[in-house]
Amino acid sequence: MAPMKLYGATLSWNVTRCVAALEEAGADYEIVPINFGTGEHKSPEHLARNPFGQVPALQDGDLVIFESRAICKYACRKNKPELLKEGDLKEAAIVDVWVEVEAHQYTSALSPILFEVLIKPMLGGTCDQKVVDENLEKLKKVLEVYEARLSKSKYLAGDYISLADLNHASVTLCLFATPYASVFDAYPHVKAWWSGLMARPSVQKVAALMKPSA
Amino acid sequence: MAPVTVFGSAVFANAARVLVCLEEVGIEYEVVEVDYMAKEHKGPEHLSRNFDLWMLMDGPWCGDVSLQPFGQIPALQDGDVMLFESRAISKYVLRKYGKASNVDLLREGNAEEAALVDVWTEVEAHHYFPAIAPIVYECVVFPARLGMQPNQKVVNESLEKLGKVLEIYEARLSKSKYLAGDFFSFADLTHFPYTYYFMKTTHASLLDKFPHVKAWWEDLMSRPSTKKHGAGMFLEP
Repeated sequence: MAPMKLYGATLSWNVTRCVAALEEAGADYEIVPINFGTGEHKSPEHLARNPFGQVPALQDGDLVIFESRAICKYACRKNKPELLKEGDLKEAAIVDVWVEVEAHQYTSALSPILFEVLIKPMLGGTCDQKVVDENLEKLKKVLEVYEARLSKSKYLAGDYISLADLNHASVTLCLFATPYASVFDAYPHVKAWWSGLMARPSVQKVAALMKPSA
Repeated sequence: MAPVTVFGSAVFANAARVLVCLEEVGIEYEVVEVDYMAKEHKGPEHLSRNFDLWMLMDGPWCGDVSLQPFGQIPALQDGDVMLFESRAISKYVLRKYGKASNVDLLREGNAEEAALVDVWTEVEAHHYFPAIAPIVYECVVFPARLGMQPNQKVVNESLEKLGKVLEIYEARLSKSKYLAGDFFSFADLTHFPYTYYFMKTTHASLLDKFPHVKAWWEDLMSRPSTKKHGAGMFLEP
């Protein structure tokens, strides 16, 4: 069986979100770079994989899918379904809840910060500090909820690691590449949770891929 | 056994998402109205027209932090299971109660089909919703709840974005009857609430440019679940 192909640049936290899940699930996959500089993401070949002209996309045999969180779920279902707890209705629902929270609360506050600080300068723009400051305030409110949650359980969905935790890895690694990582200092349970995640080989693999020299 | 309880009525788009799923699986449920204007520690001045704040942090307040730590609508209680985030709640309902009613809107028995349902559910959340929701907020919610006129710049920018998204939907729906394939799924149903409100605005004619999308929408609205909850979704100034 040929390995799955994950299309995209490892600079993208949406691509590396999938790497964390694929690694943790022990999936057989390879990364196929997509060159934004040459407009490859808008080529007919890539638009056939992702009609929005974005990354990532995943090919597994005849199946081609896109949207990082859909890819992550597919990888887990295929290789390590316990990361989704699909055998247990209640646990599976709680995993789903915190998967949604990552997308709609955590990353929605964090990604504008990452864009302003990490991406805009690369595109020749300047960081809009107002956007950064507004989103830091939002992020702090989210972290208050996380602190309360992680005071009650070791991981977000319960005392077991799940996709909900892993989906945070790529964007949080990016946060630590900005001057704003200290926002975690006020939330000791969040910090401990993050240290635990960082120690995992899957997350270390993502960290290694994101290094500029890699 | 207490019936399933949803906090937040159909007038709240995210609650409507959950309510149509409950209708699809045909179980008994009750709806608890939430008085979102009476926020515990936030006064009406926080009900600003800042769309991001409204949606993300200062959205309609559910009141009970133990039930919904972000204070938003909806939440669901089913025995000892307490959930929030409308898409997570919807999946729980469809997964738990679907089999008994012969309703399979998640396709979790088939890895490829389930993946395609997930793909288009994510597309609704990350492409469709961000384009359509500002139009709904400016043209329906803010006039009704805050007595404000729509910000035409925001509406026009969103209409342009939505047009581009609908081109992609048109191409997709030219190839398959529904978004995830030739089977109706949660990926289609999840589009109901915000599209319903959008179609009440003067911009509804945008769909006329996309005949497959329009046909797909009309099919979605022909379902008893969407007809029933659409009736409860009205916001007048």
